[in-house]
Amino acid sequence: MRLPGSQRVRLATAGARAETAGALTRQPAGERSRSYAFHALLLLTISLAVLGLAILLIDAFIEGLPRFGLDLFTEGTSSLPEQSGFLNAILGTLLVIGGVIVMTVPLGVGAAIYLEEYADKDRWWNRAIELNVQNLAAVPSIVYGILGLAFIVRGPLDVGFVVLAGSITLSLLVLPTVIIAAREAIRAVPSSIREGSLALGATRWQTVRRQILPASVPGIATGVILAISRAIGETAPLLLVGAAVFVSFNPSGFFDGYTVLPVQIFTYFSRAQDEYIVLAAAGIIVMLALLIAMNSFAIWLRNRYEQKW
Amino acid sequence: MEARDAIAASGLAAGEARPRLGAASPRYGERAIKALLAVCAAVSVVTTVAIVASLIGPTVEFFREVGVFDFLFGTNWSPTIAPESYGVLPLVLGTLSVTLWGLVVAVPIGLGAAIYLSEYARPRVRKVLKPTLEVLAGIPTVAFGFFAFTFLTPLLQDIWPGFLGTEPNVFNAGAAGLAIGLLIVPIIASISEDAMSAVPGGLREGAYALGATKMRVALRVVFPAALSGVAASIVLGVSRAVGETMVVLMAAGNTPNLSLSFSESIQAITAYIGVVATGDISTQSFEYNTIFAVGLLLFVLTLGMNLVSIRLVRRFREVYE
Repeated sequence: MRLPGSQRVRLATAGARAETAGALTRQPAGERSRSYAFHALLLLTISLAVLGLAILLIDAFIEGLPRFGLDLFTEGTSSLPEQSGFLNAILGTLLVIGGVIVMTVPLGVGAAIYLEEYADKDRWWNRAIELNVQNLAAVPSIVYGILGLAFIVRGPLDVGFVVLAGSITLSLLVLPTVIIAAREAIRAVPSSIREGSLALGATRWQTVRRQILPASVPGIATGVILAISRAIGETAPLLLVGAAVFVSFNPSGFFDGYTVLPVQIFTYFSRAQDEYIVLAAAGIIVMLALLIAMNSFAIWLRNRYEQKW
Repeated sequence: MEARDAIAASGLAAGEARPRLGAASPRYGERAIKALLAVCAAVSVVTTVAIVASLIGPTVEFFREVGVFDFLFGTNWSPTIAPESYGVLPLVLGTLSVTLWGLVVAVPIGLGAAIYLSEYARPRVRKVLKPTLEVLAGIPTVAFGFFAFTFLTPLLQDIWPGFLGTEPNVFNAGAAGLAIGLLIVPIIASISEDAMSAVPGGLREGAYALGATKMRVALRVVFPAALSGVAASIVLGVSRAVGETMVVLMAAGNTPNLSLSFSESIQAITAYIGVVATGDISTQSFEYNTIFAVGLLLFVLTLGMNLVSIRLVRRFREVYE
């Protein structure tokens, strides 16, 4: 009996598939159970990671909830824990971070454009800058605090323990992060767009300004928001540049004494009375809510506008 | 053809009618912009120079009074209580024990999470989990310090089995270490996952074709192929743990302790800097110089680790991308 061609092929494929499947599933029983155990282990590790971080959030929430209320935002530091809040710290954070944005965005994006579009990678100094940026991104934050103390608060700049010192220190700290993120966003723009623009007679700067920057804005924005949120939560370097000094007034300019939200949390925490620890937890809730909102927005922005060229 | 080329070549050589390929007029604006952008990039170099310069000056002052050998290998750190002694080893061991307990948590969890995300997770699960970890990586360290002090330490004290000796102190290296471990899990997970995802699919398919199970593919093919990235992630995690300040300041205490302890109070390198900085220090005091000497040690330690990790990351990028 001769079957039609298509049916013969189908039979042959089915037979071959059954044979292969039989050979593949004929694994030793130990191998299969070990494979399942491994899968379970992996699920356990990822759950532990997420669970641990979730417990961290829940713990701060439970500890701080009794003290959470509007007066956190309307009261400054006072001698009594019941009357203390975070008003002056929040204002201090706003001022410091305002300064950070003004300094890091142009410097960071400018450096990224230089490294991606202008720098000749064969020159040793450009490679040195690149390596240097990568290393700076991983220098411990407290080292930036030492730099701030020696060079900005005192030394050459000598501005004193004021908002500006905090702004400059944090700007230097997050600048490498901004540069790295902006470089990645610029690199994601395909070279055909660059070449097309240059072939039409645009200069290099015209190409950067009218083609490359508009195309990489979402990526750059994501990187900037993540860097700013890191600056908001950064505590250690600011301990050295004046934010830990007791401040009970609201800062009114860049040359005023100041404190910031995370440092105020730490200051309340280290007073080691229960009322103050609860107050610190309430502050953590405020800060975490702000930062998680910012980071989620940044990552949503990246996923929403991620272009596949 | 050849003749025409030869003629063109001889024409060029003679400098006749050479086509002008450059700009019609020198573009000073363009050059100024390039220079300006180069200045932006140079700020990072200036930062590094400033860090080194700010550390070295007072450190030299410090070593005028304290011998380098006494500093690096001395076993007693008591900079304020007479007789003063400046042996940094207790601080180094404090940092080391916290880092060690951190790695005990972070390496298995981080690598497990990376293997899961890269090899096992369905695209939809991955699409939720990866950004979640990224958002959680942005939690400020002061929150981790609070967590270690108000949650982990009491928990450890409650469940502490008697045969391990006295239960953990209110301030202890263990709780701080575990919190730091949790802090570096997202770092280890995301860099390792990048390296594993960069392993070409062909290697996996080849192994499957030879009848390997998923576990074997993950452990025997993907993991070794991504090893340089995995190593880079761990080195970077160690560097983060060594440089972490707030957690050790809030949960590990301020007692220099010459041991790799879990349950005792210790003082880490960064915590010493933080404690001195939050007190009142005058520029003239010798204590002011100690934070720079200790800071330089911290900078050199982390610099070494960062360079190793950068090199390792480059290696896997070169091989697979």
